[in-house]
Amino acid sequence: MARLFPQIICGFFGVVLFVLYFLKAPSAKSLYLTITSDYWQIIFAFALLVGVASFIRVNIKKLSKLSESPYVITGLLGLFAMPVMALLWGIKGDSPFMWVFENVQVPLQATVFALLAFFVASASLRGFKARSLPATILLVSALIALLSRSDIFGWFGNSALEFSEWVRSYPSMSARRGILIGIGLGSVTTSLRVILGIERTWLGKDR
Amino acid sequence: MLDHPALLTIAINEWLDIAQLPTFFAAVIAILTVLYTTFHRKGRESFKIREIAGLKAVEEAIGRATEMARPILFTPGWGGDIQRPTTIAALNILSSVAEKTAEYNSQLLFPTHDPVIMSVAQEVIAESYSRAGYPERFNIDDTTYVSPSQFGYAAAVEGMITRLKPASVFLLGTFEAESLILAETGNIAGSIQIAGTDSTIQLAFFIVACDYTLIGEELFAASGYLSKDKSIMASIRAQDIMKVIIATVIILAIISTFVVPLSDWWKF
Repeated sequence: MARLFPQIICGFFGVVLFVLYFLKAPSAKSLYLTITSDYWQIIFAFALLVGVASFIRVNIKKLSKLSESPYVITGLLGLFAMPVMALLWGIKGDSPFMWVFENVQVPLQATVFALLAFFVASASLRGFKARSLPATILLVSALIALLSRSDIFGWFGNSALEFSEWVRSYPSMSARRGILIGIGLGSVTTSLRVILGIERTWLGKDR
Repeated sequence: MLDHPALLTIAINEWLDIAQLPTFFAAVIAILTVLYTTFHRKGRESFKIREIAGLKAVEEAIGRATEMARPILFTPGWGGDIQRPTTIAALNILSSVAEKTAEYNSQLLFPTHDPVIMSVAQEVIAESYSRAGYPERFNIDDTTYVSPSQFGYAAAVEGMITRLKPASVFLLGTFEAESLILAETGNIAGSIQIAGTDSTIQLAFFIVACDYTLIGEELFAASGYLSKDKSIMASIRAQDIMKVIIATVIILAIISTFVVPLSDWWKF
């Protein structure tokens, strides 16, 4: 029963949303948006409470571990301090909430994002080793694409740029479209399996 | 006074989105194909599914974690939510991975950015541990919600990989810019990495940084491949039938553009 009821709800809404997608009447469009947006936000709001409770429980348990405690304290402090600041002084431009957001969270996010530049370099170094013929073709194509985009002295002229555009538009794009067709079909069959009740892993335990 | 056919035409024009009709017919063909392969006896006849290296390596990855007495980390990425078929596909793989970690008595960590995914994953893992016969080995705190922010999530998972040094890392789901940060961190930590995503841009990063990458539909076929469930395998067959239909339409369109250059019947 614990699995049957959610399965019926899932199948019902799957069919309803499928039909609504192909209708253009304003009432149908409105119902479609209500289900996909408003209903979803209600579910998310309740799940967020469960998520935050889990975050607090897990981190309080970790407090005793000396190696993890600095991260745990920072995480919990952020979780409690931000809503308190928002409630006391609001979230307008010159509020403490915005100051912390702009001077702590934004720089921290930028720092993690900046790591990407170093990781791209290290991953490229490993990926572009001419170990086989396909790897060599990849290496040469990548070098031409790289040089054509950074041709500061104009040594390569338009031909390198045209070649890199050709690689992006034809061999690269055809491979990408092939993968995308596979992903699209995979998404369709996975969705149908869930709606028809063939795939029930997501339902969890039958208590 | 309007007659019946005229009223019907008005009703159809007012209610049905005619521009979506080709999509509707394509969807109906897909539904019929899946229904045929799943419920018709002939469609369910056993067939061979080609070997997928990334999925074959799942057991090896879990065995390695047991030997090294280190945890296994599975994360579905920051880009998706539970509504996405990729997330469902990742949770299906999680179910098989969890069943094996229960048997081997390894720790399975599942950090996520989405509380709904966290709740579903907790259920999936608990069910897998019960199926394996070891419900007592399931630890709810190993499936955690970390942060809704993209780089907050990336930093949290990166921190877990750096500190706990998991023997195996599964990066399966919808990933965005955090893909390479996580994959490279796993690589530096010396973890065996199995990745798969529906983002073609992030796939390139995974191919370079991970040991095994599930490309395109392989991620969606994983559920049937790992569980050997006949109904799920049948829907993979439906996928192949639809692929043949699409390839046939593309070939016919190419031929028709050569024969009748102005023809555009295939445009919809």
